[in-house]
Amino acid sequence: MQASRAPGVAFIFKKALISALVALVLFSLMIGVRTEPGPQGLLIYETRFGELAAMVATVFGGSIVVELLRQWWGPVGTVRVVPPQVTSALAVAGRWVAPVLLVFTFLVPVIFYNERYILDLGILVLTYVMLGWGLNVVVGLAGLLDLGYVAFYAVGAYSYALLATNFGLSFWVCLPLAGILAAFWGVLLGFPVLRLRGDYLAIVTLAFGEIIRLVIINWQSLTGGPNGVTGIPRPTMFGIPLSPGDDGLAALLGIEFSPTHRIVFLFYLILALALLTNWVTIRLRRLPIGRAWEALREDEVACRALGINTTTTKLTAFATGAMFGGFAGAFFATRQGFISPESFTFQESALVLAIVVLGGMGSQLGVALAALAMIGGFELFRGLDQYRMLVFGMAMVLLMIWRPRGLIGHRAPTVFLERNQAISSDLVKEGHG
Amino acid sequence: MDYFAQQLINGLVLGSIYGLIAIGYTMVYGIVGMINFAHGDIFMIGGFIALITFLILVSFGLTAIPLILLIVLLVSMAITALYGWTVERIAYRPLRHSFRLAPMLSAIGMSFVLTNYSQVSQGARVKPVPPIITGGYTLHEGPGGFVVQLSNIQIIVVITTVVLLALFTWLVSSTRLGRDMRACEQDQTMAALLGVDVDRTISMTFVIGAALAAVAGMMYLLYYGLVDFFMGFVAGIKAFTAAVLGGIGSLPGAMLGGLLIGLIETLWSAYFSVEYKDVAAFSILIVVLIFLPTGLLGRPEVEKV
Repeated sequence: MQASRAPGVAFIFKKALISALVALVLFSLMIGVRTEPGPQGLLIYETRFGELAAMVATVFGGSIVVELLRQWWGPVGTVRVVPPQVTSALAVAGRWVAPVLLVFTFLVPVIFYNERYILDLGILVLTYVMLGWGLNVVVGLAGLLDLGYVAFYAVGAYSYALLATNFGLSFWVCLPLAGILAAFWGVLLGFPVLRLRGDYLAIVTLAFGEIIRLVIINWQSLTGGPNGVTGIPRPTMFGIPLSPGDDGLAALLGIEFSPTHRIVFLFYLILALALLTNWVTIRLRRLPIGRAWEALREDEVACRALGINTTTTKLTAFATGAMFGGFAGAFFATRQGFISPESFTFQESALVLAIVVLGGMGSQLGVALAALAMIGGFELFRGLDQYRMLVFGMAMVLLMIWRPRGLIGHRAPTVFLERNQAISSDLVKEGHG
Repeated sequence: MDYFAQQLINGLVLGSIYGLIAIGYTMVYGIVGMINFAHGDIFMIGGFIALITFLILVSFGLTAIPLILLIVLLVSMAITALYGWTVERIAYRPLRHSFRLAPMLSAIGMSFVLTNYSQVSQGARVKPVPPIITGGYTLHEGPGGFVVQLSNIQIIVVITTVVLLALFTWLVSSTRLGRDMRACEQDQTMAALLGVDVDRTISMTFVIGAALAAVAGMMYLLYYGLVDFFMGFVAGIKAFTAAVLGGIGSLPGAMLGGLLIGLIETLWSAYFSVEYKDVAAFSILIVVLIFLPTGLLGRPEVEKV
């Protein structure tokens, strides 16, 4: 241990050399050689020693940099002394983050009215904020690990798409229906998993998500299979279409029609839906059922001992989370106008789960910030094309190592005793309870 | 009946491959208590390395097939094992004592990294190879002209699996390393106090799991004649399903679960529909867990207050 406390140049060099050697073996075949189909259809290969050397050199250099950073940062676990002024300033700032963010979000369509790209990105981020808040009910509050959340998103999207294209129902009729159907599926999934815990639960929810996706792909007569559903109607403002026609909103208000109206409307729609999710969650947390969720997360055995019905508690958590997923799905379908099974892969579930965990499992503000960081960061790397998922995966690993408890890692129970109470022994005598 | 026998053979071969991957999951789960989501991708990397080694050896003019297979097996086991070690070192060791979800998300991230790493470095297209091992035996010729066949490659897959399992069982039950592994599984702190190097044991678990996955990857390449960068995801989920079905943490359970999943998948495709074979496998997982929440051979978890 003494050597790692005060490592010299030789130590760093040796460590970097070992890393480079490992990298050389790892990359030798995967990067040093590339296979391609040859002229007769048989595979041929070409060597890429240049790239291999570059990668090994990068690992060597990176290892030195990481080691130097580690020395500069000091050993893990040291308590850094932060001056009280800074702490209190941070606390004040922390109290203002949420309202400022909310006001800013309301103003986004006004500020960026002519920036279509930013509005679209805003809608995307808000969709994930909503999904994150929805999953937060299941994972963050009730502590049930759900790896198949995208299934409910898919149920919501397909409910709206199929009801609207086949029966001509409007968005506002379908939205609650999509939520109810998704909640129904949540209960259906909830039943078999009631007795499972931890990782068994994770794999069953993952399997459930895959089952839903595979059924959507294969049930071609209903869902259109891999081709998806096209021509999903756009939402109307409570019956008034946002179209250039005579009965459109623009004509009614006597202003010139612009396609941006619909984008702005969609923006406020998803903002309203997300805020509804947030509001319901905050309210539910103060109800007995919300308290029961949190108690379940902390200790299931104690929960049972206190007479909490764990069956209904788990089922309501699944159903509530699924319902919000269904709402988000219906919104997704109406925004895109086209949905296919490709939008509902495991990758989406992992992304939403990553948002919840990075957000600090249970912190509403944390989830919103994590969604902004993840989706925004994801968009920044859009130019990288095929390297994007690679960077995303690395970011996930690094963020977990850096902040395992999430960006805002607080999970204080909503109820706790104000102060310890000393109980006199004559109160707890036998027969006095 | 002949048709059924043929499907049974095919199912057992597929099940052997799943079983080899499932052992990696169940071993890591037993010791570290986490789902190693990147394990399916380790299997995929193993397949790729076997493919590349094979191409290089053939281009060097080597023609003796048994020698080629042996070298390919050893190289892909060695390099894939190093992948397993590196993944553990980078993504899991720093999170060893963190809360439960952190290593799992880190594993999901690592799985994305490995999938896209091989897509970027080797391209997105499916890589086919011509059949390397040909020939086989006709076991039975039915009256309708239906022939039950057992191909050489199927024999090789099953024999390799059996040999590896025997080796592995011996390793776990009667070597120093196996004893350390079982000790760490029971109580890491106590094992450390008694002089077991916990970090090293956990590393070795990942190395062995990755080596077995590499064998599975090579068998997959030989049996199906192709690899692609996305094959790790589906195979990984199925193998994990197998591990859970058999009772996670139990080694014979992993193999049993693998064989069951292979059989279910093959029989379902043969008699019902190919499209819904994965749905069938996952549904059976859910049904089994309703009635046996700890899997077929798993130990019931003791709840501590």
